[in-house]
Amino acid sequence: MIRHAGAIRAGLMMVICFMVGSSWMDGIASRAAAASPQETIAGAARKVVKIHGAGGVRGLEAYQTGLLVSPAGHVVTVMSTVLDADELSCVLDDGRRYRATMVGVDPRRELAVLSIEAEDLPAFTLAAGDPVPVGTRIFALSNLFGVAVGDERVSAQHGVVSALVPLEARRGSYEVPYRGDVYILDCTTNNPGSPGGAVIDWRGRLVGMLGKELRASGSGIWLNYAIPTAALNEGYAEIISGTASPAAPAGATASPGFDPAVLGLVLVPDLLDRTPPFIETVVADSPAARAGLRPDDLVIAVGGRSVASRAALQRALAALAAGDAVQLSVVRSGTIVECDLGPRPAAGRKR
Amino acid sequence: MTSARRQKVAFMQRIDQPTAARLIAAGLLACWLGGVVFLCIAVTPARSEDATAGAGAVPLAVLHAQQQRIDVMQRASAAAVAIFAGEAGGGSGVLISRDGYALTNFHVVQPAGIAMKCGLADGHLYDAVLVGLDPTGDVALVKLLGRDDFPFAALADSDEVEVGDFCFAAGNPFLLATDFQPSISAGIVSGTRRYQFPAGTILEYADCLQVDAAINPGNSGGGLFDAQGRVIGVNGRASFEKRGRVNVGVGYAISANQLRNFLGLLKGGRLVDHATLGATVATSADGRVVVSDILESSDAWKRGLRYDDEVVSLAGRSVRTVNAFKNVLGTLPAGWRVPLVYRRGGRREEILVRLAGVHTAADLTNIVEGKPQKSAGKGPTPPETPPAALPDAVQPLYEARRGFTNHHFNTVERDRVARALAAGGGQAAWGGRWILSGRLATGEPFRIELSDKEGVIDLPTGTTRVDATGELDVNPSPPGSGGMLAALLLWRRLLREGPAPLGRTSYWGTVPLDPRSFGEADAPRLVDMLESSVAGVEARFMMEDGGVVSGIELWTAPDADPCEVRFTFPGPNRPQDLPRVMPSVIEVRHGNDLFGEFRVETAVFEMADGEAAGGEATPNGANTLPGGGT
Repeated sequence: MIRHAGAIRAGLMMVICFMVGSSWMDGIASRAAAASPQETIAGAARKVVKIHGAGGVRGLEAYQTGLLVSPAGHVVTVMSTVLDADELSCVLDDGRRYRATMVGVDPRRELAVLSIEAEDLPAFTLAAGDPVPVGTRIFALSNLFGVAVGDERVSAQHGVVSALVPLEARRGSYEVPYRGDVYILDCTTNNPGSPGGAVIDWRGRLVGMLGKELRASGSGIWLNYAIPTAALNEGYAEIISGTASPAAPAGATASPGFDPAVLGLVLVPDLLDRTPPFIETVVADSPAARAGLRPDDLVIAVGGRSVASRAALQRALAALAAGDAVQLSVVRSGTIVECDLGPRPAAGRKR
Repeated sequence: MTSARRQKVAFMQRIDQPTAARLIAAGLLACWLGGVVFLCIAVTPARSEDATAGAGAVPLAVLHAQQQRIDVMQRASAAAVAIFAGEAGGGSGVLISRDGYALTNFHVVQPAGIAMKCGLADGHLYDAVLVGLDPTGDVALVKLLGRDDFPFAALADSDEVEVGDFCFAAGNPFLLATDFQPSISAGIVSGTRRYQFPAGTILEYADCLQVDAAINPGNSGGGLFDAQGRVIGVNGRASFEKRGRVNVGVGYAISANQLRNFLGLLKGGRLVDHATLGATVATSADGRVVVSDILESSDAWKRGLRYDDEVVSLAGRSVRTVNAFKNVLGTLPAGWRVPLVYRRGGRREEILVRLAGVHTAADLTNIVEGKPQKSAGKGPTPPETPPAALPDAVQPLYEARRGFTNHHFNTVERDRVARALAAGGGQAAWGGRWILSGRLATGEPFRIELSDKEGVIDLPTGTTRVDATGELDVNPSPPGSGGMLAALLLWRRLLREGPAPLGRTSYWGTVPLDPRSFGEADAPRLVDMLESSVAGVEARFMMEDGGVVSGIELWTAPDADPCEVRFTFPGPNRPQDLPRVMPSVIEVRHGNDLFGEFRVETAVFEMADGEAAGGEATPNGANTLPGGGT
């Protein structure tokens, strides 16, 4: 309910912004007395680094983005496979290339801090503070698609903060442990290489950092989001002081797998992003067979909660505790049929 | 800054009292409600009460800026072209001239062939004909037919574009413009001077603009506009990833300055090629850009570039990364000369390098015709395919010729230049001897005599002559010049009779008149160039506006270095009765060397052979040019 209200507020706010907010050109003109957007972007881009590390195979990019947060060369970025390399390098806006060493990670927020041996670098200021209001106009600066090479400037995109909501996201079937508030951006930032990028307001102040490429748990939509500066600050402080929790908190790890075959359900092969959860065959004399399930039934809900894909069905079954009632709603010949499979067996146990 | 202030002042002056009071009241009321509500209240009453003023609580400056933006977008929309290539799809284009020339992408028009239909925002569908193609740069030039007053947008200087600039695309995404009204998507410039790798050897995007305005399939070929509605680029490419072929906020546009470099060649109906240096570069261990490989047949090699030389700049732009090198090279047409600065052992050298083509003519033809590429010379000559059922409007505007996209437009451009020559620089009357005399830079005298029969030059080193009626490649003279007399004889023939007697003459395109001016504040001035194949030599004539020939390049053999002649003209003090085409200085270069700087002090023209018994006594009809050379 609260979340709904937030969404409505966010929507209203955006409408107002469009009504009152001066047009883009006007915005540029009226800010000419202060720094122009062009100058703001150029200034902030000097505090953004291109990170090169591991990857380059099987769709995993070997590059991302990072933020300089101290003149002595501390770089905050997202924890990712890119950093899983012996040779890490950071390329500054002016093309200078430094070897980077890992200072530490914050597994809870999935942040990492790197260090390069340099001095007097331009740097963002990390600080605690209130989040920026929804409707704030932002620029996102990142090494998207690795298109900026050497002394070429990172890419700049524009957008608006659309909402501030808790992150509920996954990467593949892996639920992301971080549950803090993130900014949802009206800006297509979910691109390879963007993670670790800077989100700044029109005065060049750091609003947040682009997170890794994730989909929303509920909808499967790729998320354009940023981790607020205050959370970055907390994570950075914990890493620097060595107090970052070494592992993800309990319950945040991926759910243990659950094979529906244990229930006597054989589903169609999971070939698509969102394969519809059709039943291929039903094992005779199984809980599924006893509950009356048939081949070609389409499962639409588990315990009354809709499941839109095969993967979602599997997750929903896995989320049940052993012994919980398994109730499936299926569509058969255009009508919904409720089937009760009885208590869920423990995972992996073969009958 | 100034315009912003003016807008603010206007707002302060024109806001009416009740509105101001209402604003203040609303503000006070809303103080405790927070900014969100304040904005809401400030807008609402004005909307309900004050429809006539159109101002209400929205600052007039904002309304004014909004109206300006609408006007700019409407003007841009008028110049936007919806291209329909039948079942093959289509895309977008942008008109850049009143007479209907429009730029688009090669990959948009390739399936369409020679003729296509183009819709404009005025609701009309026009026939259009393909003029020129640049497959490497993914550019095509088409001409819309049926009007001589098309709306168009000017090309901006894309080097001025900054990251963060407002920009917008007007085009035909997903072929939505069935009523020919373009879709507008706005954004900012995300990056400049981006490099996007080619597919094979074509569709390379060098030095391009990156934008976050939505660029979707169908936007290809459409204009990318700045806040003033000028074309800063032509959209053609986007990074697509996991979402399928839809915008992810990363689009790329071919820069207006690259388009300008190729426009002359495209207008000449050519099948245009991009440039290669004949050398590759790599980043050395210490981060310098060095020559990693070089062809000994390349002009760069002949001018002195070698392995491991550090490339400092190319065409006036510093080269600090391999990407930067490719960015500069990728915006240049084959055949241009550009300065290259390199460093070897601490010594800095500047050379002018003539750029070769990336492809052979046969390869380019095969690419356009969708055939596999073959190496030079081996490809069988494709049959001259007669254009299949071109529309009546297009039929007379198409002429197939190997190596050209549409040779008809080469004839159009050649004739345009010939007319300018006849009107401005032509010297049809001076049919007799032309005698130029003066001093070399060393102070020693020279004398050049040109006629229909022969060319004679007296130099301190001796006298040489060339038979003007025979082959000109036999004995390039004077020795060491590469063919200076031949060049001057053809120059006289061109000024006298126009391009017609010069054998096979075509319009080359535009070239920088002074390549050494790359990198200066103003871009190098581009001038028209004619090329002729005559009497065993290849000659190119650079023509300035007004039909003045400013430079000649002449090859006596394809692999030889050309003779390069550059004319300098007297300043404003030139006597009125003198032919304006007569130079005060003739500079002749060959290979790496300056052959001579000829400062003309006296010029004598004779009306026709035989009347000139008096020689330099300047008989009737002759003119003299008082001391010029400075």
